[in-house]
Amino acid sequence: MIVLAASLGTLLKEGWAVLMHNIDVLLLEPLTYPLLARSMEAAIIVGIISGVLGTYVVVRGMAFFGDALAHAILPGVAFMYQRTNGRTDDLFWGGLAAGILSALGIGFLTRHEKIKEDTAIGVVFAASFALGIAMISRIDNYAGDLTHILFGQILGVSQSNLNLIRLFGLGVLAVVALCYKEFMIISFDPTLARTLRMPSELFRLLLLVLIAVTIVVSLQTVGIALMVALLVTPAATANLMTRRLLPMMLVSALIGAASSIIGFYVSYHQDIATGPAIVLTATAIFVFVFVEQQVIRALLDLGQGARQRRLHPAGDSPH
Amino acid sequence: MVHLPSIPSRNGSDNCADPALVMSVDDLSASYNGAPALHSVSFDVYRGERVGIVGPNGAGKSTLFKAIVGLLPHHGSISIQGASCRQSHTMVGYVPQHEAIDWKFPATVWDVVMMGRARQIGYILPPRKRDRHAVRAALERVGLWGLRRRQIGELSGGQRRRVFVARALAQQASVLLLDEPFSGVDAQAETEIFDVLDVLREEGVAVLLATHNLAQAATHYDKLMMINGGRMLAFGPPQQVYTPANLATTFGDRIALWQDGDQYIMIADKPCHDHDDYQHAHSHARPF
Repeated sequence: MIVLAASLGTLLKEGWAVLMHNIDVLLLEPLTYPLLARSMEAAIIVGIISGVLGTYVVVRGMAFFGDALAHAILPGVAFMYQRTNGRTDDLFWGGLAAGILSALGIGFLTRHEKIKEDTAIGVVFAASFALGIAMISRIDNYAGDLTHILFGQILGVSQSNLNLIRLFGLGVLAVVALCYKEFMIISFDPTLARTLRMPSELFRLLLLVLIAVTIVVSLQTVGIALMVALLVTPAATANLMTRRLLPMMLVSALIGAASSIIGFYVSYHQDIATGPAIVLTATAIFVFVFVEQQVIRALLDLGQGARQRRLHPAGDSPH
Repeated sequence: MVHLPSIPSRNGSDNCADPALVMSVDDLSASYNGAPALHSVSFDVYRGERVGIVGPNGAGKSTLFKAIVGLLPHHGSISIQGASCRQSHTMVGYVPQHEAIDWKFPATVWDVVMMGRARQIGYILPPRKRDRHAVRAALERVGLWGLRRRQIGELSGGQRRRVFVARALAQQASVLLLDEPFSGVDAQAETEIFDVLDVLREEGVAVLLATHNLAQAATHYDKLMMINGGRMLAFGPPQQVYTPANLATTFGDRIALWQDGDQYIMIADKPCHDHDDYQHAHSHARPF
């Protein structure tokens, strides 16, 4: 008996050691490479800010705008690419300029009620994307670089690049914290903003610019083509789980960060491109939460039905 | 991302003489999408008054509200006075039509009412104690304190409208504009809405309420405004305004009137496209 217990103890101890060793290999080893550690930090920042800004994208129904804006920054990136031979820091500034200009442009264009918003977005942003592709296509051997811009190249995050991501990430969060109340009002009830004489148009444009900055900051991690998933999926998941804006934002940021971390490791160990790995992780979390809620609801209904049948054996619903 | 044009300045600071006069609209004209939609409307509203604005769909009821709020470019003057003539910006509360509100928005009853305090709180700052007190008082006034943690979509039709009345109270508005609050509500909600309108009257808040429920119009309002084609056709106490002649000019061939002894029978059997009108059709009007 004692022998059995003792051997069980050693078995557990050994198992624990193996697990710890694996955790070390699985989770900590990648971070010993500075490049990977930088990429990981960048991915986490991107997960958090796109989760926070994505909350506005989801509650305001701006998914198409977010997708289009991500594509519209391409000419800026392509312009800097031609001039600097692909230095990532400079691509950042090119993207930022194009993103802010596009956001403001669409902001002004959609002031006119004669053009429907989605129509304006469709016209302007597709043209902008085409212009970017045209610019890049003039460069020899452009396919590989275009792939990085479209689908992200997180492993190319340099230290100065990470510093930019930190700076702009913090900036975006700070502005959201300061204008939280105003952004909520213009999102829920723009008419109230007008009756309170708030400069609601200013806040709307500011919000569009913040979304543009978020997209540019996230460019290296997921790239242009998948950006909309980071803006929409974590926030949509959070929307299922919460009933107030601030909790939705926090949960969305948490899911964004978790998707980035899990996606990053999956990408490292399974040799999958990082952007898609992060996006698929976020999608998996969404599906899990959605299905779980459906199942719980179904079970609750079932339980209620059974209780009612017990209470009203005749089969009449009390309603 | 709604298009919101800039607000023309108001000249409401010169007339503080009559403390009971809350809003004075003078020669107001407005256009909607470039087409003139409101023609030279003038009227005064006094403290605590309840004005019913009646007219068929497309008569200009919503246009009038949007012009008063400043959502549409307009000519003429609107002066709004409350306790202080200077603060007229927070003095108008506006409750849009039910369908214009996103009821799935992640906000609780508390959150929505707190939004009405934004101006008093100021930019950037978080709500202070007095704002929380104001929200609490407003919620208690409309009987929603117990439901403050509900997400707004989890409320009944009557409760939903009460939330916005509470917001106007928290906002300390002196005029509240309600656009079709009775559209698509049941009898229970209708009672709730009138109860809460009585609260507003006690608080001295004037109410302008757009409706096409003619059956209520004769009895539930201090004054009636008949409007069609963007023109104000009649304005005054119901006894004076609610006449067959006025109804006929306002609703044209959409309404038929018969005299039966001292009662008029009114049949609106060619109503507007709005399905809500159906429930108001075949209503018997009280004696004029």
